[in-house]
Amino acid sequence: MTDAANTEADNAAGVDAPLQAMQEHLRQLVGGSLIESRVVQGQIVLEVAVAAIQQTLVALRDDQHAAFNQLSDLTAVDYPERPERFEMIYQLLSMKNNMRLRVCAAVGEGQAVPSMTAVYSAANWAEREVWDMFGIFFAGHPDLRRLLTDYGFEGHPLRKDFPLTGHVEVRYDDTQRRVVNEPVSLVQEFRDFDFLSPWEGMQAQIPGDEKAGKDG
Amino acid sequence: MGVIDPRQAAPIGPGPEQDAILKAVGDEITNRGFVIASADKLFNWARSGSLWPMTFGLACCAVEMMHSAASRYDMDRYGMLFRPSPRQSDVMIVAGTLTNKMAPALRRVYDQMPEPRWVLSMGSCANGGGYYHYSYAVVRGCDRIVPVDVYVPGCPPTAEALIYGLLQLQKKIRRTATIARG
Repeated sequence: MTDAANTEADNAAGVDAPLQAMQEHLRQLVGGSLIESRVVQGQIVLEVAVAAIQQTLVALRDDQHAAFNQLSDLTAVDYPERPERFEMIYQLLSMKNNMRLRVCAAVGEGQAVPSMTAVYSAANWAEREVWDMFGIFFAGHPDLRRLLTDYGFEGHPLRKDFPLTGHVEVRYDDTQRRVVNEPVSLVQEFRDFDFLSPWEGMQAQIPGDEKAGKDG
Repeated sequence: MGVIDPRQAAPIGPGPEQDAILKAVGDEITNRGFVIASADKLFNWARSGSLWPMTFGLACCAVEMMHSAASRYDMDRYGMLFRPSPRQSDVMIVAGTLTNKMAPALRRVYDQMPEPRWVLSMGSCANGGGYYHYSYAVVRGCDRIVPVDVYVPGCPPTAEALIYGLLQLQKKIRRTATIARG
């Protein structure tokens, strides 16, 4: 198969030429620390080891051709079934190439991630949020405090094992004349009525459907 | 507020009957220089006619609250104008989701308001947590933090609904015996 035919086939599959050229360039740029590189929905995804994340991001930022010099977002995902349960995700933007890039790195529980605040200053609050929500520690962060949850909050809400309703609720106490934390007591448990959700693919039959089949 | 017949507790519309009452009051003032009214009615009239709400917009309800203050519905007609300071306001409109982190701030602002003060809870979230009832971060109703006088349902309530709630609050104030009797 010729190169032209190859590109055509890739175009049909939704992979365009500049994207592929960039993917090849990034493969060489990141080099040995790259675990996997793929294209998802017209966007390059790089998987690297967490130890190599700093050198990867610096290389992606400082390379003249790639020039991914903006960090749009930094977040994490919790996959409890994986041996390394968290995945750090860095969303980069190259204004020069009009291209976005995702860099992923698997992180185990209790494992520290090097802070990217020195590379991208936008990482400061995003890392605080990830620390708040997932409890991933960032080594070298200048001010790693909780960002969103209440002062004195315990737990990390976006972990899959965190209960939806949390552990404490607040109430104003007339005798102490202040707002106090108390263990959660729900009058009615959370009920999920979403079993007929169209987003789940309508697997359950709607009551009454069985009558419809008779007349065709 | 118009002219209200105390025997029927109903407003008297424009017409000869209202003119007669207004003329009688006017004559009283020209002849004697003063009118006699019961003091608590007067206080309640003054209080309900100049309810100054505290701006406490927390979420999307605040947008409807702004609409009710803007030219179309114009809360100014009822003598209500938003104050940015709790120390100048009579009523607090809790408009939106009250989070655990915000709760002590809300209570502090409420404590800074001078007596007499009222609280209007606006929208599902402020009434009982609403959509976020089972959330780990949201107060299940702002009545856990401050005493609430009027609840306005809706998600978010329309500007009309908020105005209606405020008119209900005016009614409530007018029914209150301001001067305690021994």
